[in-house]
Amino acid sequence: MFSLEFMQHAYLASTIIAIVCGFIGVFVVSRNMPFLTHTLSEIGFAGAAFGMFVGLSPLDGMLIFTMISSVLVGKMGSRASRREDSISAISGLFIGLGVLFLALSNKSASYATNILFGSVVGINATDVYQMIGLSIIVLVVLLVIYRNLKFDSFDPIGAKAQHVNSSLMSIVFLLLLALSVSVVAQIVGSLLIFILLTLPAASAKYFAHSVSKMIACSIAFGLIGVWVGLYLGYVTNWPVSFFIATIECLIYFSALAFNYYQKKA
Amino acid sequence: MNDLILEAHDLWEDFSEKQVLNNLSFKLKRGTFLSIVGENGVGKTTLIKIILGQLKPTKGTIEFFPNRKAVKIGYVPQFRNIGDEYPLSVKNFVSLNFNGYKLPWLSRHEKARLKQILQQTNLTKIENEPLGQTSGGEKQRAYLAQALINQPDLLILDESTASLDPIAKENLLELVKNLNQKTGVTVISVTHDIPLTKQFSDEFLLLKADGYETGPINDLNVYDYQGGQ
Repeated sequence: MFSLEFMQHAYLASTIIAIVCGFIGVFVVSRNMPFLTHTLSEIGFAGAAFGMFVGLSPLDGMLIFTMISSVLVGKMGSRASRREDSISAISGLFIGLGVLFLALSNKSASYATNILFGSVVGINATDVYQMIGLSIIVLVVLLVIYRNLKFDSFDPIGAKAQHVNSSLMSIVFLLLLALSVSVVAQIVGSLLIFILLTLPAASAKYFAHSVSKMIACSIAFGLIGVWVGLYLGYVTNWPVSFFIATIECLIYFSALAFNYYQKKA
Repeated sequence: MNDLILEAHDLWEDFSEKQVLNNLSFKLKRGTFLSIVGENGVGKTTLIKIILGQLKPTKGTIEFFPNRKAVKIGYVPQFRNIGDEYPLSVKNFVSLNFNGYKLPWLSRHEKARLKQILQQTNLTKIENEPLGQTSGGEKQRAYLAQALINQPDLLILDESTASLDPIAKENLLELVKNLNQKTGVTVISVTHDIPLTKQFSDEFLLLKADGYETGPINDLNVYDYQGGQ
């Protein structure tokens, strides 16, 4: 399997993605943003379609749309009471725009399927390098703001009391999330991005009680999902996204069961 | 040498619907345990926000000694959203306040300070337990430890004992009083609990709708205070 160049690229790309998602996902979950992440992935779909329509690469289109809209969505949804409603509105609008741009660019339905469900085995060396570059940016910025982001995400009231600049943390985090969504979309497709950005981290919180250990667990769960998913996809010729989603869900349900029995014991 | 930590000069705060803090002036000496008492709506939280720099008074000023930047403030807010499934351990929650743009991991000095504050707040035994699964009193001690970890000059407690049972309330205030005496940290505690206030504080500031009273804690007349328990 590893003698095939496209499988080497697929494994390299998905390893990078599991690391980025595992890291940033811990903050997505602690900041209670899984729904926003789902919306960003739909915005990514519209961005990729827009990119094709105006002659940009899908990744560039995604980056433009997700980065601009993440800040807008974050600002609109800053009040918890209207967060879900405003995210629903934006999500609907962008799915509609995605469909429109696809229709205008005269691309076939299979292209839409690629954007929505990903095409991990279609990754070439250039895509991998681009992904590595963007992932390094995300990870370096995360490490620079790590302590403040950690405080703001795991104890926002305490962080505000100690003068941590919450609005700056929020904007920087949303931009990093938008970048990550655009990177991950290449592999699992925009519909299943939130699986890798939320489930490994949501499972990790039942096994670890420090942020660094949660990040390590979350990365490990992500890696299991993408590595095993790629192998099963290769063996069965079924979609890789299906396997990744199923494995991550199984890990999450096991984490819930572990937590249930631990509380009972 | 001036042994004051702060002095309020003629503070007024006008909100559109009402006015609070009518010409409030008071001095606070370093190392003092001051309790701010008064009915709901008389401006206790407003005063705390002004001291923290989160709100500007309509009139008047707060002067810090030697200056605002030199006075480190630790603050324990009234509400915290820590549910049953909150994942961080007590130790990791307390260390969140080692913030700033520094290396992601704790330095040797920070680890030593963490150990010390956990001991001082009687949290060492439960330092690895998830905070979400600790009792109300243990949570309040963890909030206190987090506020104290950077060795503030001034510690502000905003109704920290409100949700606790009588024994946990007394234990927490006893702990704060001990730290106040041992480390010399100045304490401002907003509370409705007059008997405990009289037991642990040095001075009081009673805010009323039409003015205020301040003085040594023994001069606080329970009958002056309408909102107590």
